[in-house]
Amino acid sequence: MTGLRIAVAVLVLAGLGACTQAPPPAVVTDPYAGSRYTGTLPGGSLPGATAEDFRRTAGDTVLFPENDAALDGTARATLVRQAEWLKQNGSFSSVVEGHSDEQGTREYNLALGARRASAVQEYLISQGVEAGRIRTSSFGKERPIQVCSDPACQAQNRRAVTVVAPGAGV
Amino acid sequence: MPFSASLARLPLVLAAALVLAGPAAAQDAAAPLALPATGDEGPLRIEITGGQVEPMPIAIAPFFDEGGAAEMAARIQEVVTADLTGTDLFREIPASAHVARPSGFDDPVAYPDWRAVNAEALILGSVALRDGQVTARFRLFDVFSGQPLGDGMQFDAPEAGWRRVAHKLADQVYARITGEGPYFDSRVTFVSETGPKDARLKRIGIMDYDGANPLWVTDDSALVVSPRFSPDGSQLLYTSFGNGMPQVMLMDVATVQSRPLKQEAGTMSFAPRFSPDGRWIVYSREKGGNTDIWQMDVATGAERPLTETAAIETSPFFSPDGRQIVFESDQSGTQQIYVMPADGSAEPARISFGEGSYGTPAWSPTGDLIAFTKRNGDKFHIGVMRPDGTEEKLLTESFLDEGPSWAPNGRVVMFTRQTPGGDGTPRLHSVDVTGRNMRPLSIEGAASDPDWGPLLP
Repeated sequence: MTGLRIAVAVLVLAGLGACTQAPPPAVVTDPYAGSRYTGTLPGGSLPGATAEDFRRTAGDTVLFPENDAALDGTARATLVRQAEWLKQNGSFSSVVEGHSDEQGTREYNLALGARRASAVQEYLISQGVEAGRIRTSSFGKERPIQVCSDPACQAQNRRAVTVVAPGAGV
Repeated sequence: MPFSASLARLPLVLAAALVLAGPAAAQDAAAPLALPATGDEGPLRIEITGGQVEPMPIAIAPFFDEGGAAEMAARIQEVVTADLTGTDLFREIPASAHVARPSGFDDPVAYPDWRAVNAEALILGSVALRDGQVTARFRLFDVFSGQPLGDGMQFDAPEAGWRRVAHKLADQVYARITGEGPYFDSRVTFVSETGPKDARLKRIGIMDYDGANPLWVTDDSALVVSPRFSPDGSQLLYTSFGNGMPQVMLMDVATVQSRPLKQEAGTMSFAPRFSPDGRWIVYSREKGGNTDIWQMDVATGAERPLTETAAIETSPFFSPDGRQIVFESDQSGTQQIYVMPADGSAEPARISFGEGSYGTPAWSPTGDLIAFTKRNGDKFHIGVMRPDGTEEKLLTESFLDEGPSWAPNGRVVMFTRQTPGGDGTPRLHSVDVTGRNMRPLSIEGAASDPDWGPLLP
C-alpha cells in the first residue's frame, strides 16, 4: 500500500509541473474485491473472529415465550446469523445454555431450559452447522440476566445463550 | 476436604434412653376434671388435624440442677419450650405464674396448684453435667386427671449433644400428647445462598430442624442445588453444575466425599431421590431436550427409564411403602402430578385437576398426604392432597413458594419462600398440615431447597 500511495503522489506532482490541464483522476482498484469466501471454514476462522465478535455481529441470545421453547421470527433471524458465523469460523465450537425465568419450580425449570437449548441446537443444525460443534446445557432459573421480577425482566430471563470459543471445547 | 473435622465432632449417638422407675405418687385424690377442648374422659390429647385452635396450656417447672448443670438445665429447658410452643399446639404458662414450687424431681405433684394456674400438662425435668456427659430426666403429668402420662425417661449424651437431649425430651412430650410421631430430633439439609441474584454462590449445609448447628458439606466453587438425604441420613444426593451441566452427585456424609452418578455424555441428570429402602435412586435424565424419569439400582448401577414421553417428567418421589412413585409431567400442556407403580408396570394416573399447575410432589412419611407446589396465576402455594388427588388444601400463598419437604412424622412441611425483586431472597419456612402455624426458620442468610432427614436414633 505504501508503494502505491507514493506512486500516486508522484503522478500528481508530475501533472502539476507539466501543464495546467487536469490529469485523469487516479483510480486505485482492489483486484480481489468480490473474492470473499463465504462457505464454511472447517478447522479455521476468519481474522477477528472472537466471542465478542460473535455477540456483536450475530447476537448470542434468543428469547422465549412463557413456559415454552418455541422460536419466533426474531429468534430464528438471530439463529440464522449465528449459524452463518459458526460456518465461517469452523474452529469455534459452541454451547447453548438454556435459562428460565424465576416463576417456576427449580427442577422443572432445569428441564425447560434444556428444552430451549435443544430447540436452538436443532435450528442451528438445520442451518448447516455440524451437530458435533454444538453442546447444550441448562441453568434453569439459577442464572438470571435481569434480577428484577416485573414481566419485562422475566421476559429477558427466558432465554438461550450461545457461547462460542475457539477449539473443540467450550 | 476441609469439612470432615466439623462433622467428626458432631455427637451423632445418644446413649440409650432409660425408662425411669415408677412415677411419682399422685398426691391428689380428687376426681379428674373434664378436659376442655378435647372433651371426653379420654387421655390428654391434642388432635393436630382437628378443629382445635387454642394452644394447650402447659407448665414446665424450672428444671432441677442435679450436679454441675445450673446453666445447662436452663438451656435445655429453653430448647424444650421452644420446640413445644413452636408447634403452636402448646402455650407455656410462665414460671412467674406458677403456684407450686416443687423442691425436687421426685417430689409428689401438687396437682391442685397446677390446676389453679390452668395447666393441662406439667413437665418436671432434671439435668446433671458430669465428666462432659449430660444426663436429663423428665416426667410428664396430665394435670386434670392427676396422673402421670407415661413413664419418666432419662437421656444421656456428650455435652456437645445437649440440644439433641432437649429435642428428644420435647419429642416424648409432643408424641405422648398428640399421638403423632416425634420430629424435633432431626436434621435438615439445605442450600445456603450468598451473593447477588444473577451470580449466586451456593453451598450445601446440614442443620438441626430448628436451624441450630449449621455445618457445610460443600464449598461454593460449583453451583449446587436440591440436596436430599438417604433414608438413614448417611448419604446425600444432590445436583452439581461443576462440569458445566447438571449432574447428580452422591455424597457420603461422614467423609463429605462425593462421586458423580454414572452419566451418559451429553445428557443432564437432576431431581434425584432415594427409595425408602435405599436400594433405588430415581432421577430425571435429559437428552436432546427431552426429560424423562430413570431408575438406577444403587448396588449395580443398572439403569432403565420409567417414563418415555416427549413431555418433561421430573421431581419423582417414592411412596413410603416404596411401591409407587409420584412425579410431575407437562404432557397435558401444563405441569401436573401423576402416580405410577414404582416398577413402571402401569400407565401413570393423573391426580391433580385443580386450576393452575402443580409440581414437586412429596409423599408424606405417614403415607396419607402428598404435598406439592401449586402455581395459579401470579401466586404460588404449598398444598396437600390425598394420594388419590382428593381433599386438596392450600397451606400457603406468596410470590414464590416451592419445594415442600416433610418432617419425619408427616405433620409439618418445610419449604422455600422467595421474595420478589432485585434483592429478592429465598428463606426457609415451615407450616403444619392445618396451615395455621406458618413460620420462618431462624437461620442466618438466604437458604433454599430444604430436605428433612429422618428422625435421629
